[in-house]
Amino acid sequence: MSEGHSTYTPKTGIERWFDARMPLPRLVYDSFVAYPVPRNLNYAWTFGGILSIMLVAQILTGIVLAMHYTADTNLAFGSVEKIMRDVNSGWLLRYMHANGASFFFVAVYIHIFRGLYYGSYKAPRELLWILGCIIYLLMMATGFMGYVLPWGQMSFWGATVITGFFSAIPLVGDWIQQLLLGGFAVDNPTLNRFFALHYLLPFMIAGVVVLHVWALHVVGQSNPTGIEVKSKTDTVAFTPYATIKDAFGMIVFLFFFAYFVFYLPNYLGHPDNYTVANPLKTPAHIVPEWYFLPFYAILRAITFNIGPINSKLGGVLCMFGAIVMLFLVPWLDTSKVRSAVYRPWYKLFFWLFVADAILLGWLGSQPAEGSYVFMAQMATLFYFAFFLIALPVLGLIETPRRLPNSITEAVLEKNKGGSGHPAGATAAPETKG
Amino acid sequence: MKKILTSLALVGLVAAGTAAFAAEEAHNAAAPTHFPINEPKEMSWSFTGPFGTYDKAQLQRGLKVYKEVCSACHSMNLVAFRTLSDLGYNEAQIKTLAAGYTIHDGPNDAGDMYDRPGKPSDHFPAPFANEEAAAASNGGAAPPDMSLLAKARGVERGFPQFVFDIFTQYDAGGPDYIHSLLTGYDQTPPAGMVIPEGTHYNPYFMSGVSLKMPKPLSDGQVTYDDGSPQTVDQYARDVSAFLTWAAEPHMEDRKKMGFRVLVFLLLFGALVYLTKRKVWEGVAH
Repeated sequence: MSEGHSTYTPKTGIERWFDARMPLPRLVYDSFVAYPVPRNLNYAWTFGGILSIMLVAQILTGIVLAMHYTADTNLAFGSVEKIMRDVNSGWLLRYMHANGASFFFVAVYIHIFRGLYYGSYKAPRELLWILGCIIYLLMMATGFMGYVLPWGQMSFWGATVITGFFSAIPLVGDWIQQLLLGGFAVDNPTLNRFFALHYLLPFMIAGVVVLHVWALHVVGQSNPTGIEVKSKTDTVAFTPYATIKDAFGMIVFLFFFAYFVFYLPNYLGHPDNYTVANPLKTPAHIVPEWYFLPFYAILRAITFNIGPINSKLGGVLCMFGAIVMLFLVPWLDTSKVRSAVYRPWYKLFFWLFVADAILLGWLGSQPAEGSYVFMAQMATLFYFAFFLIALPVLGLIETPRRLPNSITEAVLEKNKGGSGHPAGATAAPETKG
Repeated sequence: MKKILTSLALVGLVAAGTAAFAAEEAHNAAAPTHFPINEPKEMSWSFTGPFGTYDKAQLQRGLKVYKEVCSACHSMNLVAFRTLSDLGYNEAQIKTLAAGYTIHDGPNDAGDMYDRPGKPSDHFPAPFANEEAAAASNGGAAPPDMSLLAKARGVERGFPQFVFDIFTQYDAGGPDYIHSLLTGYDQTPPAGMVIPEGTHYNPYFMSGVSLKMPKPLSDGQVTYDDGSPQTVDQYARDVSAFLTWAAEPHMEDRKKMGFRVLVFLLLFGALVYLTKRKVWEGVAH
């Protein structure tokens, strides 16, 4: 879409000089000013921008924290406390960084669910979706390793449990685990390599984000109707329309973020991580960070052996399988219609899937005993059924609602009640498709 | 938007239903499986809420309780004397207070270790030379360092309480727990309950029916010179508040800055929203 001819005209001498040598201003202009976006995007589409600023905020706070942090099992915990107590605004940086990770995941989950609801993964956006899945995987690795760095009890035991998964893999499992740990147990070599990788991965994320945005700018945004842009009236210019809307979305998001940073900075963490790691004392319940809980619940739901696969390997396979499902979504969904707005049955199953994911998250925080295990097994079953049964079958049997002919028609239809332009302006700010 | 809200409500109902189902498990009073037996009592603290501040007189009393009682067994390695200015002490008072402690330092020019009076830059000295010594003197369990205790303790709040906590800004899980534990001794265990030798029954302890620490506080044990009641309950409140400060010394700054940040975001957000409406005026979307 943006791959049409550039509308950039250098106005000053400097701009002409640059444009002839390295057309960076032209790239920026074409990507963030003239770039056409569908006129009917709602606030769910502001999360891409929100995620970008969260990534930048994490990198900036992280670099300063790294200046004060010491990656050594004897010193790490104390160096973090030094940041909290003696470094100027150190408490602010650390709370921003720790809660920033959580809010990064809040935003990415909304972003992913947005994509699932509006069918944003369908052709020609499969690659865009997969690049997003890769970013999500990198985020999980970064978040996990970051949680180990303060060297508290949950850092240590979380690392022990999660690296233990790899030993379930037949033949090469133990070798992979030892490579990750730098030894036979979580110790100083583990902390050092996790710190190195925790510093490296965000820049890899930034690299994949560039590819993600590149792919986006080739195929253009999807939109709440799921109908491709057909004419110029379907779109508005990125600036000022999307920029100002994104800015408002970001401020609202930052408001919630700030609420946690300043008033509930430890709400999303675990109290045990304020006790220095002790390899001889296992905590009563080892719980990962909240954003891993659904996968943790799936891991623990497999309590039985299936043929040659024992329960441990089965759990690990299901957990990784749960993430692999996301990669396959573009090909699992058989529907010709993108948006759930026109798919009554898919819409129902989508919301059930959201409920299921939240339920799995809650179950992941509970001990794996009694009725929790059965609930986790049922929820896991539904999780996979959504991808492997609902997505392919619904597309074949569902009768979609009538689709409008174009984005413009959909917008005008929706605004018919009022009269003309002012009605559009006073419509609800959240323009839900 | 309405549809999203109804869907979310549905999600909530499903979650609530399953939670209630899970909670229905029989309890045997003599052999509890879930700890603590009693949930911590929620107290009212000066430092909770968006405008919470530490009560300096209370922190000073709490410091007194720590010095005279807790510090016999519990270290507080991360807290420096100089930071006691937060409690309202002036420089001279802090110097005197620090000088009351003996710090093992060295080596000196001759290569010897030596003892000297404490300076404001020193941290509270630990009561035991190392963790092994601490464990050996306390029946095998080393008393935990107290610097972060108020953040390192907290009983899981459960559903739906943890959702309400976001709105009430409940951040006193640590002090509530410490206060409940300190005032939770002297209770008779239910008939048939087995209390291991050398431990003390406390239904507020989060990891079992009893703990190694005997009842540390009794009425009249610490003399207050500001007329506050010299009761176990008051001591427990004061030392819990003091430990909250020790764990989170910059809390007042944090909450103060937070209010300004939120007000700014609110005003800025309103302006951006109005601008957004102006920009989109006349563009149906």
